[in-house]
Amino acid sequence: MIRDMKPEDIVGDYKETILGLYGSITRVILYTDIETPFPEGRLIVSTTDKDGIITHVNKAFVEMSGYAEDELLGSPHSILRHPDMPSVAFKDLWDTVNSGKHWQGYVKNLRKDGGYYWVKATVISNIRQGKVVSYTSVRRKPSRTKVEECIKLYPTLF
Amino acid sequence: MMPYQFTVSPDFSPDHLSGWFFFNTWLQRQTGEAIHLEMYNSFQSQREAIQRNEVDLIYANPFDAAMLVREKGFLPLVKANDVSDEAIIAVSLDSAVDKVTRLMPGITVAVTEDPDVRMMGMIMLEPADLNADNIKITVCGSYVLVAKHLLQGNADVGIFLAEAYDDLSNITKSKLKILVQSQISVIHHSLMMGSRLADKRDDIQNLLVTMNQDEKGGKVLKSLGFDAWIKVEDEEMEFMIDLMDTLAI
Ligand SMILES: Cc1cc2nc3c(=O)[nH]c(=O)nc-3n(C[C@H](O)[C@H](O)[C@H](O)COP(=O)(O)O)c2cc1C
Repeated sequence: MIRDMKPEDIVGDYKETILGLYGSITRVILYTDIETPFPEGRLIVSTTDKDGIITHVNKAFVEMSGYAEDELLGSPHSILRHPDMPSVAFKDLWDTVNSGKHWQGYVKNLRKDGGYYWVKATVISNIRQGKVVSYTSVRRKPSRTKVEECIKLYPTLF
Repeated sequence: MMPYQFTVSPDFSPDHLSGWFFFNTWLQRQTGEAIHLEMYNSFQSQREAIQRNEVDLIYANPFDAAMLVREKGFLPLVKANDVSDEAIIAVSLDSAVDKVTRLMPGITVAVTEDPDVRMMGMIMLEPADLNADNIKITVCGSYVLVAKHLLQGNADVGIFLAEAYDDLSNITKSKLKILVQSQISVIHHSLMMGSRLADKRDDIQNLLVTMNQDEKGGKVLKSLGFDAWIKVEDEEMEFMIDLMDTLAI
């Protein structure tokens, strides 16, 4: 499951905060100002079950998140939740995919080492034999202009 | 009985045209079925034939997989071993641009009709705020012509299938510069069958995955440019279709 972040995992100077996740649990978050650029030409892919628990990640996901694959599988997707992301964004994500539509948005994600990376994410339901069985998110390298807009917009949504 | 109809995604490499005819002959011998190979010269005319239910077997572009599986009930059989569709963004060697993010709106982008490569290429242009509305697209009949457009200065950027870029002559490649190459690895062409063949699926799949074990089969595969067919499970195909779906928007 999700553990508190540990100072020994963090690279560089960090700030500390506490996030309420997953309805009930809280997590101590340690985060820095260090950005890792999205790698060119790659896609970051993950699948979750209907509760948002990670069931599949690709290699780019593992590399960018800084976690080992076995730390990610079985963990809630909010393991990447960055304190600068307004929760309305994720409410919109869940409302949109639950209504059967694709969700697209710009997300600032938290790495295990406290750093962050911006993505443009598209989340869809995986429908098999007419039923939603899981969700998949595919992230691509975002336009810098769009990211700058989000850096201005997101603080106003808290 | 009407022969089954087999067709190949029109983006096949010209070097492999005879290979597809050898493959069709091999398949007819092995299955004892009459199969006619029909090559279409455009995606449009191929899709029209699919809509008229005239296609029973297809080596399909990943872009068409959703329509084939979800609208027409096609089932996946196999994919080429170690082959995935990747895209390259390249410019002329004397272009001042050395990074995708330096590209500006208004540029001319040379592409072919290959739908999956074009989509992957457009995704790699997005970090520079480029999209179909602020670039000029020139559609070329082949990747050799895309390269020619770059060398002659008629286009600023070319979107290539990575394999086709590698196949360009050394002299051409020496005058080009790669800005970015995709590493997606899960998007691939697949051999798929329609409902008329559905009850023969296991038999055909078995023939194909063991094709490399027989001397003649191995030679035919070589003429297609790969060394074996690998089974594609239904879920792998469904997942690729979902992935393509996320990229199409
Ligand atoms: C397929 C899928 C992918 C997701 N990817 C992310 C992600 O990359 N980063 C993130 O913070 N939340 C992601 N979420 C949303 C999380 O499940 C969660 O809602 C969010 O982190 C907010 O946490 P909370 O719901 O516990 O408050 C994803 C959800 C789904 C269904």
